[in-house]
Amino acid sequence: MDVTRRDFLKLSGGATVAGVAAVGLTPEEAAAKEMELRIKDAQQTTTICPYCSVGCGIIVHTKDGKVINAEGDPDHPISEGTLCSKGQSLYQIVNNPMRLTKPRYRAPGSTEWKEVEWDWALNEIAQRVKDTRDKTFKLTSKSKVKEKQPDGTEKDVEKDFTVNRTDGIAHVGSAALDNEECYMLQKLLRSWGLVYVEHQARI
Amino acid sequence: MTNHWIDVRNADVILVMGGNPAENHPISMKWIAKAKEQGAKLIVVDPRFTRTAAKADIYAPLRSGTDIAFLGGMIKYIIENKLYFREYVANYTNASFLVNPEFKGPGELNGVFSGYDNKGRKYDKKTWAYQLDENGLPKKDLSLKDPNCVFQLLKKHYSRYDIDKVSSITGTPAEKLKEIYDVYGSTGKPDRVGTELYAMGWTQHTVGTQNIRTMAIIQLLLGNMGMAGGGVNALRGESNVQGSTDHGILFHILPGYLPTPKAVWTDLKTYIEKNTPQTKDTRSVNWWSNRGKYITSYLKAVYGNNATKDNDFAYAWLPKLDEGMNCSWLVLFDQMLKDKFEGFFAWGQNPACSGANAGKVRKALARLKWMVNVNLFDNETGSFWKGPGMKTEEIQTEVFQLPAASSVEKEGSITNSGRLAQWRTRAIAPVGESMPDSEIMNELYFRVRKLYKDKGGKFPAPVMNLDWNYGEKDASGKVAKFDIHQVAKEINGYYLEDVYDKKTDPPTLLGKKGDLCASFVHLQADGTTSSGNWLYSQSYTQKEGKIINMMARRGKDDPTGLGMYPGWAWCWPVNRHVLYNRASVDLNGNPWNPQRAVIKWNALKEDPKTKKLGGWEGDVPDGPAPPMADEKTGKYPFIMRAEGVGLIYGPGLADGPFPEHYEALECPLQENPMQPQHRINPTIKLFYGVEGPHQKPAAEGGSLEDIFASCDIRFPFVATTYRVSEHWQTGVLTRHLPWQLEMSPEQFVELSEELAEDLKIKNGDKVIVSSARGRVRAVAMVTRRFKPFKVMDSTVHQVGLPWHFGWQFPEDGSAGDSANLLTPTIGDANTMIPETKAFLVNIEKV
Amino acid sequence: MGRMSILVSPELCIGCRGCQTACKEWNQLSGVKTENRGSTENPPDLTPNTFNKIRYVELPSETNMVRWLFVSQRCMHCGDAGCMKICPAPGALFRTDEGAVAFDKDKCVGCKLCVTSCPFNVPRYDEKNKISKCHLCAERIANRLEPACTKTCPTGALRFGERDALLGLAQKAGYAKVYGQADLEGLGAMYAFMDAPKIYGMNENPAIPESVVFWDNVLRPLAYLGLAGAVAASLVHYVAFGPKKIEEGKKDE
Repeated sequence: MDVTRRDFLKLSGGATVAGVAAVGLTPEEAAAKEMELRIKDAQQTTTICPYCSVGCGIIVHTKDGKVINAEGDPDHPISEGTLCSKGQSLYQIVNNPMRLTKPRYRAPGSTEWKEVEWDWALNEIAQRVKDTRDKTFKLTSKSKVKEKQPDGTEKDVEKDFTVNRTDGIAHVGSAALDNEECYMLQKLLRSWGLVYVEHQARI
Repeated sequence: MTNHWIDVRNADVILVMGGNPAENHPISMKWIAKAKEQGAKLIVVDPRFTRTAAKADIYAPLRSGTDIAFLGGMIKYIIENKLYFREYVANYTNASFLVNPEFKGPGELNGVFSGYDNKGRKYDKKTWAYQLDENGLPKKDLSLKDPNCVFQLLKKHYSRYDIDKVSSITGTPAEKLKEIYDVYGSTGKPDRVGTELYAMGWTQHTVGTQNIRTMAIIQLLLGNMGMAGGGVNALRGESNVQGSTDHGILFHILPGYLPTPKAVWTDLKTYIEKNTPQTKDTRSVNWWSNRGKYITSYLKAVYGNNATKDNDFAYAWLPKLDEGMNCSWLVLFDQMLKDKFEGFFAWGQNPACSGANAGKVRKALARLKWMVNVNLFDNETGSFWKGPGMKTEEIQTEVFQLPAASSVEKEGSITNSGRLAQWRTRAIAPVGESMPDSEIMNELYFRVRKLYKDKGGKFPAPVMNLDWNYGEKDASGKVAKFDIHQVAKEINGYYLEDVYDKKTDPPTLLGKKGDLCASFVHLQADGTTSSGNWLYSQSYTQKEGKIINMMARRGKDDPTGLGMYPGWAWCWPVNRHVLYNRASVDLNGNPWNPQRAVIKWNALKEDPKTKKLGGWEGDVPDGPAPPMADEKTGKYPFIMRAEGVGLIYGPGLADGPFPEHYEALECPLQENPMQPQHRINPTIKLFYGVEGPHQKPAAEGGSLEDIFASCDIRFPFVATTYRVSEHWQTGVLTRHLPWQLEMSPEQFVELSEELAEDLKIKNGDKVIVSSARGRVRAVAMVTRRFKPFKVMDSTVHQVGLPWHFGWQFPEDGSAGDSANLLTPTIGDANTMIPETKAFLVNIEKV
Repeated sequence: MGRMSILVSPELCIGCRGCQTACKEWNQLSGVKTENRGSTENPPDLTPNTFNKIRYVELPSETNMVRWLFVSQRCMHCGDAGCMKICPAPGALFRTDEGAVAFDKDKCVGCKLCVTSCPFNVPRYDEKNKISKCHLCAERIANRLEPACTKTCPTGALRFGERDALLGLAQKAGYAKVYGQADLEGLGAMYAFMDAPKIYGMNENPAIPESVVFWDNVLRPLAYLGLAGAVAASLVHYVAFGPKKIEEGKKDE
């Protein structure tokens, strides 16, 4: 039987063959051993690697709401089932005791974080956005423009123009967001009047 | 990328310069390996012998920051040895265009182009313009012989870059230069093609844009643009930095590369006028002539029914920039240090480690009144107030740290370097109380709006009128069941009325009111269509009544055999996989290389709708018009340029129409070897006073944080930063993963055996790397992968260190701190991308 | 199914270590605290939590400042496996249908004899004193999935397939030597080498210690009679290696 790598790849993970008994070479070694995959009966979803920009495909195996495995998606035309060490470690992003799981707040002068409720944190942030925006909002600002003089020459003059912006709040991030989130974010920030909006693409 | 990842396998020569794919884009090496298997040559040019270099057929070292000299020499070599693709150059580039006879180059003007204003550090570009004929069209000399034609100017400009000169600047052995010039130059034949792969190794320089321009010139000379296996390909650093840029999270652009409005463009009409390039050449598609359609459709997406003809489509509600105002990264943190901002969002980003001159960034953060930090893990930015050297109790900044869900805990699309937008499905619910970023935004939108609704405030109109219909709303008007697909559809855009093609008689229906737009070709400037980002129009569309998320497709057909897989996900624009693909065919529409035909004209192909004969086959062409030989309806290939051709001569740039070698802000040389007057790019914004080895802060706002030290005995070694395969960016998403940290646990600095011997440093020793701005502890990695350079008859040592580490994790501090504590506050003249790839340091044993 | 193998081609390896992490992911092995010792390589050697790793080898080069090789280090799944020969615990080490040397931790008695008898210094013991090493992802292969490490390799530096087919592939590609072609009745991890094996840091002629062979051929059939695992182990150890503590055995080449 000609087993190529491809034949192996095409068979996807969880839902396939049941355990196969191993046969040892001597009677002593012949202890039957169930060869059951730990992803047997797991659900599969596809995703794209969150690290670099090659955009490799990953299959995520889940059971009982937990990610139990994540490996390359053999159907993906760019990565064809392969991943580098970062892509292979996606599992540890999800199963990681260091993940932030609750909003936290650091008060002025405080030396530590305090866990807080979402509702409180969001309301406080919204209030800060409004306070700063209201305090720093500019309806107009000066720009230098060239103006034609009666004698036909051009002269730089400073004039007020409508700007409708706040210079009191700045934002950075993020290339780690999804497209839809990036779009929403710029829409939201611009509706508040922010112009100091930057992210990873600049650096 | 002009091309795409799989396409690399179609190349005959692959030049990796300014990037390190084996470490930073490892899976791309699959396609490089495939190309090599088929006989392609891999050339790697890098200051350091990288994991990519280890796979190279030819490797050449160069001193950081000398790429223009290296490539300038190649241009000279290509021209002198007539290796260029003459027919392509004459017809598809501006090589034949005549330039104002008063234009002068740095060879004639001591290092600057004509029009330089020494005081303002900028150019008056009047003399850079094309000569126009009586019809307002650029004058051309297709023989390329006129002394004022671009080709002759190019030849003259690079005549100064002979191999010995280049070698003395770059430190690359002359024979390596010649070998590489020969091999890469071999792709100027129609049946051979070369590709270039670069990343931050080119952008993070004060001459970053011009590094890339130099390569673009070479690719145009060799006829490698638009070809399968060709192009100039940016290997982008993050999974969605392409998409986040496309969607305009930058101060200077709205989604779809529409410029951010300036205050002096007082209404939408003026905006459109000022941002719509004009050409009198009827054969130029001049794609940006559609600007008005895109900005109007954007405003309709953002403000919905509240954007009307009567209120100028709500143009006034968009925030505007003052004339000349720059809010880019370095300026932003400079302003933050000067107390400009009360509030700050660091959303999915860790500037305390990723920002150049991170020490300054950290000081600036302490000036804030409040900060919102959204991330998966704690990080050096959110916890800056307890970082090294911080007087925690004196820092008054309030910080809100919000837990975000990871990529598998939500749905949405990301766009890879090849412009391929791919949909990700949700595998599990968000971990703990973490939330998808989109839902955090939804909450903030609603809560801020509610405050304005309840209490009023300054200029509430843009807040109150924003269109935000992303799912079912509860009684209070808040989107309670958030649906990301609604956002994806808004980005794609809708027909807001029945939209007709008025060019036909009678007008034909393009789309029905309420349907999703078929593509940006249907967008209108009269408010009858919406599209949050015209580039993504067609990404989530409707065919025969059926709604299709194109980004979620998993088709595996590859009809051209070139690896484009048009049924897999969806790439912008309009699923075109190779940009400028009309340049891959001759004037009659026949592929330059029939073996690797991206597109070809089939005169017998019948249009199913119009029944007209003649059509393109292969990739989605850059427009349906017939090939150029058709004098009536044929179009030029470079549709994004008003000229319609590729720009060998780029009169729009800040620092000159031809790239010229300037040294990095911090360099080991006293003078620029090309000429003594201008050591550094004469148009970069200086944050810290004037040039010179021992400046004082300039009266006009220079601060000590921005100090630099060029040709300074205290910091004698050239340094560069980079990334390693095992980590990502500042390491927040890899340092917290035990598997990754195990492989690369702490900050290190690579240095040559020769330098180590001089400094009495042994492999594995703990050392301090210092610059004029900061100090970083590191493990010395003494290696043959760095060698001293011979530059202008003296020895220059270069070292390198990754920027993945930070004090916050691992908590025992064993990883060390960010290499960006060392890097300078200086940016590229066009983009303001910081120069973190070439600066000066010292190394001492601890 | 015929004997399945891995073909390692260091010249194709980019040192990305996808294989190292893929193995840990699939086998759920933890990452441990390490330090940078002036090398890209980490951890410094195989461990009970690291079944395969990339060795980074710097050599002089005629054309460049250095020749940098990335060589996968792992269990060789020898056709004639010293570990299996010496192992006194029935079923603790066993050969799978596909030819891999797999193990059953429940049956391992922790004697570490396999460590001393391995020509490649591969077996490690976990915190419960049970053998811990590459098993060629036996359960994946049995379920017709290729091993985690080979599946993830982007460049073909690690290939998995029928041993004969891989051998043919390496020979056709014109490599100077296929390491493991015949050694120890053929290795289950073969290496396609351009140069002498020692350039890549490999033993020219790997062999099982003779005492182990003697034990297996002559004494084993007699020794098990009436002996429990642990007792058998000490007997095996005494006969094969003398009264020396195994912990003192060689760790590195």
